Amino acid sequence: MASFLFHLGQYIMLMWRVFSKPEKMSIYRKRLFDEMVSLGLASLGIIMVISLFMGAVITIQTAANIDSAFIPSYTIGFTTRQSTILEFSPTIMALILAGKVGSNIASEIGLMRVTEQIDALEIMGVNSSAFLILPKIIASVIINPFLVIISMFVSIGGGYLIAMFTDIVSVADYVYGIQLDFRPYHVVYALSKAAVFAFIFTSVPAYQGYFAAGGALEVGKASTRGVVQSSIIILIANYFITQLFLI
Amino acid sequence: MIEVVGLNKSFGENHVLKDISAVFETGKTSLIIGASGSGKSTLARCLVGLIAPETGKMLYDGRDFLELNNKEKKALRKEIGFLFQGSALFDFMTVEENVRFPLDILTDLSKKEKQIRVDEVLERVELPTAHKLFPSELSGGMKKRVGIARAISPHPKYLFCDEPNSGLDPQTSIVIDNLIHDITIEYNITTLVISHDMNSVMEIGEYILFIHKGEKWWEGDNKKILQTDNEELLSFVNASGFLSNKKAGS
Ligand SMILES: Nc1ncnc2c1ncn2[C@@H]1O[C@H](COP(=O)(O)OP(=O)(O)O)[C@@H](O)[C@H]1O
Ligand SMILES: [Mg+2]
Repeated sequence: MASFLFHLGQYIMLMWRVFSKPEKMSIYRKRLFDEMVSLGLASLGIIMVISLFMGAVITIQTAANIDSAFIPSYTIGFTTRQSTILEFSPTIMALILAGKVGSNIASEIGLMRVTEQIDALEIMGVNSSAFLILPKIIASVIINPFLVIISMFVSIGGGYLIAMFTDIVSVADYVYGIQLDFRPYHVVYALSKAAVFAFIFTSVPAYQGYFAAGGALEVGKASTRGVVQSSIIILIANYFITQLFLI
Repeated sequence: MIEVVGLNKSFGENHVLKDISAVFETGKTSLIIGASGSGKSTLARCLVGLIAPETGKMLYDGRDFLELNNKEKKALRKEIGFLFQGSALFDFMTVEENVRFPLDILTDLSKKEKQIRVDEVLERVELPTAHKLFPSELSGGMKKRVGIARAISPHPKYLFCDEPNSGLDPQTSIVIDNLIHDITIEYNITTLVISHDMNSVMEIGEYILFIHKGEKWWEGDNKKILQTDNEELLSFVNASGFLSNKKAGS
């Protein structure tokens, strides 16, 4: 418990420094742009592949589980859309990115710590935490909602392919289902989650990397801790955000 | 000139620096030597403000680092260059960007002036064509050169080098030592080199501070060091194998 509070305090202090006024704006602008490209584009492929199969599986599972004469088959389309928008796209993608982006951030910053690159920044009077971490957080919080939107389309598209190439559900029923009772509020909820989760899967691994000490082994451990902790925190945050928005 | 007076630093129970006092003169290459773990890096890190000592004074030509306000500290930072043990080049930047970075941060030079400065220092460390390479594409010796170029690009008055020879072969070590020594004279700066290499000591040690378990144990120059009767210093010199190599060679 004491250790938990210590880390929480240290994390909050780090975030305080990250969001304090930067000394020279010009050096941040390029970093932000670079991070948006590397965090966004580099994750697009994996997001699309996973979302496609995810949507296909949701459609098949739903169909297999409501095989009843009393439930209309457009429910399959409806359920695919709802579970994709509300949970699968924002939450599963965040967990995937916690693994991919999170480990990347923790090891990159951890390596900079153990090779004294962070000290080199500090000697020049650069706020190293802001310089290294702020562009990653901002880039991710901006980009992740877009990735989630893309994931939503691709996932629902995956279900559409199932409707087209199997006889589980007709295309007409599926298309009717995915349009049924659409509430924009649900997308707002999902994209808010995407932004919050992006903050978590960048800042938590960044914290772990920033305070890594020792050598390559410790950086590896810091990276693992960053991924595990951000995944857990994402799922807990998911619960609270859902309660806040939907009840 | 850097004057250190009564510096003390502990990490928890571990009293690492014990009442260190020394004077490092302008235009001279001063060496801080001692066994691994004796506190050499800690001393350098205190001097440049990376860690705060508990007590003591660190006077940069009369200005006590620990008493300066933020603005004065910023001005002093401009005058300090640091070469780290592993070079610590920013690995997401090219050589050129690395060398320009302190200029971006610390100076108000124009783009063109910065470019002239970058070319000048890369020329000085004999890497006139490495501009576009990334640190991962450089050899150990080249990294040290770029590290030196980055440290001297804002034209500092004080230069710190933490184990500039670590990881280098003996020939390259001598070249890097001499480069640091020559730059010190050319730019007339105060240079502190941390080392445990007796070859460096004999080659460039105009002033030598020997630290043993966090205490100042001996000071002098490279002429006096071989005549010392200080037991710990002798065992340090002998452990380096320097004397036996000399005997075998002669
Ligand atoms: N940041 C730190 N936290 C705790 N102990 C440290 C830290 N830095 C150095 N030490 C300790 O201080 C002592 C001296 O270390 P250092 O100055 O790196 O030695 P040297 O550079 O002479 O090899 C060692 O015992 C080391 O464990
Ligand atoms: Mg050291």
